[in-house]
Amino acid sequence: MALKYDLQEVEVWDGNYAAAHALRQAQVDVVAAYPITPSTAIVESYGQFVADGYVDGEFVMVESEHAAMSSCVGAAAAGGRVATATSSQGFALMIEVLYQASGMRLPIVLNVVNRALASPLNVREDHSDMYLGRDAGWIMLDSFNAQETYDLNLCAFRIGEHRDIRLPVMVNQDGFITSHTAQNVRPLSDEDAYKFVGVYEPVDELLDFSKPVTYGAQTEEDWHFEHKARQHKALIDARPVIEDIFAEFEKLTGRKYNRVETYMMEDAEVAIVALGTAVESARVAAKYLRDNEGIKAGVVAPRVIRPFPFDAIRTALEHCKAIGAMDRSSPGGALGMLFNEVSAAVYTTASRPLVTNYIYGLGGRDLTMENIKDIYRELKKNADAGHITTKIQQFVGLRGPKLEFFETRRS
Amino acid sequence: MAITSIKNLKEFSTANDRFEGAHLLCPGCAHSMIVRELLNCTNDNLVIASATGCLEVCTAVYPYTSWDTSWIHIGFENSATAVTGAEAMYKARKRKGTLKNPDAPVKFVAFGGDGATYDIGFQWLSGAVERGHDFTYICLDNEVYANTGGQRSSSTPIGASSTTAPAGRVSYGKKENKKDIVSIMAANGASYVAQVAPNKWKNMAQAFQKALSTEGPCFINAMSACTTEWKFDPKDTINISDLATDSLVFPLYEIVDGHELNITYRPKNIIPVKDYLAAQGRFRHLFKPENAHILEEWQKRVDANWERLQRREEARV
Repeated sequence: MALKYDLQEVEVWDGNYAAAHALRQAQVDVVAAYPITPSTAIVESYGQFVADGYVDGEFVMVESEHAAMSSCVGAAAAGGRVATATSSQGFALMIEVLYQASGMRLPIVLNVVNRALASPLNVREDHSDMYLGRDAGWIMLDSFNAQETYDLNLCAFRIGEHRDIRLPVMVNQDGFITSHTAQNVRPLSDEDAYKFVGVYEPVDELLDFSKPVTYGAQTEEDWHFEHKARQHKALIDARPVIEDIFAEFEKLTGRKYNRVETYMMEDAEVAIVALGTAVESARVAAKYLRDNEGIKAGVVAPRVIRPFPFDAIRTALEHCKAIGAMDRSSPGGALGMLFNEVSAAVYTTASRPLVTNYIYGLGGRDLTMENIKDIYRELKKNADAGHITTKIQQFVGLRGPKLEFFETRRS
Repeated sequence: MAITSIKNLKEFSTANDRFEGAHLLCPGCAHSMIVRELLNCTNDNLVIASATGCLEVCTAVYPYTSWDTSWIHIGFENSATAVTGAEAMYKARKRKGTLKNPDAPVKFVAFGGDGATYDIGFQWLSGAVERGHDFTYICLDNEVYANTGGQRSSSTPIGASSTTAPAGRVSYGKKENKKDIVSIMAANGASYVAQVAPNKWKNMAQAFQKALSTEGPCFINAMSACTTEWKFDPKDTINISDLATDSLVFPLYEIVDGHELNITYRPKNIIPVKDYLAAQGRFRHLFKPENAHILEEWQKRVDANWERLQRREEARV
């Protein structure tokens, strides 16, 4: 039996330590992992829990991230709870197996501590790794601070392992700003946390020899499409289940999560849509501008990145006039992912708000309060003019000449 | 039916058939002989992982499967990791008491072709062996990327013509020697390694049984003559295999705990290497006068290796 870990009502944890405790409390059967900055401390802390007798499961330190996810797939197919963590290049190395994990409908929890992708090599936070995984068929949750990282990890097991879903789940947190910043975190007791996550119920397990299963079959043009379509449907159909699990978590903790988080959006004229720690900064800026400049500013943040909350994001945004979609990943010759997806959602409203795209924070570049206020002021100008007054895509916080692309044709 | 002996091939080959005859492997392919023999030489429950390759694409095309046992395929490079992930889960669940049938013995086996083993999955195999998982890895060594149509691998022997190292006006085919995977795996810390061939089927079954009953990581390199890419008649698979083992191009031996080398088959009449090479289309060009030196080098290399194996066997180090 694993030893019980005595926790205070309020602990001072960073995002990595919060994630490690959530994995411990979920009594994960197999953690197969490979360390990489800035997620290393999740794996190290978990290793210490193993060494100190707080974990009954297996801890497999493999030789690469590709092997980590491969081992997770083999372990999950063998009918138990599985989790791991990675960042950046490690995530990129895993990517082949991420598609295989979701295609085999294996509920694995992967903590992604978001970090830039090389080249140039960079260990700091941005969302390049998160964006790289967005078509991998995983449920993707996003936390904005350490408490949320902890909470969403517990929810992730419930969501992924749900009989109607059976999909792997990523829990994203920003490298360093969340992962390495000690904050107050209110954990559940070990008993309550495990009670919430629940006992793992194996489905089609390799270790049930009364009913042999074949995992990872080949399908060509005759069946592949049907499999992928069903997987997509499972993702879309996960939306109400995620809401139910969030509601249950709220009952237990008082902490409420939504597929889309909104801040001061009831009467907002202008809104920023963002992910990760920028959300909390934007909230501070929005409050300031309401109090000091009379700008009716609000913040919208997808808590669930996949399945994309098309409906909820539209509801949150359709009444406002101008939207700044903020992408913390190099758009690679296009508009940013959030811009494209938010635009698609609000395009189907009668009001069709004006949407612009801000690229910021690549490789850990600070997003300052002034940056955010300027964005809100620009959005306000767009709202007042009734059309976009700048180029559609702008780079924020970049040194050198201003970089901006794409013209509007609405005036 | 319980396996009490492996004396009678007919009895043995139908003992405990968990690999169905309905698969898509080429007529004359040695893969199915090797796989069937592995499955038949134990009554224990089996979790099998296969790397992408001929075996995988020919045995699990949805909605069919040839596997009447637990089976998983992830990718080309990671069958060792897939099966050892399952092995880790088995250990965790056994400890926690969540297995449906905790007392039934379970064995974990990974298959990979030489492309999956010598090349793309080399790191994954090395890692799984280093970690000491209790599993057996069987390389189905047909010395070429057969599934994708005959490209060279690091197992392809020198002088063989393949689609990516073809023989031509100014080339005799592959320039590099076959990688010595058996020595590498012994040095990597495998508890038991062996080289086997399906023509010596009792020898092969014994090696499989030893591997399955040895705790820790075991590695077996199984020669799998490829009618399509070695270019010989499908009815000649066993004849070609006999030429390989009796010319000592493919010597059969085992290494226990990294040092105790035992030669497990000594041909009564050692035949010349060129007899083995001449029987296959992939080496046909070596018999042109300008390639005579390659044939000479082949014989010398095989002789030297046989000498090395005998010295190692005597030395017990």
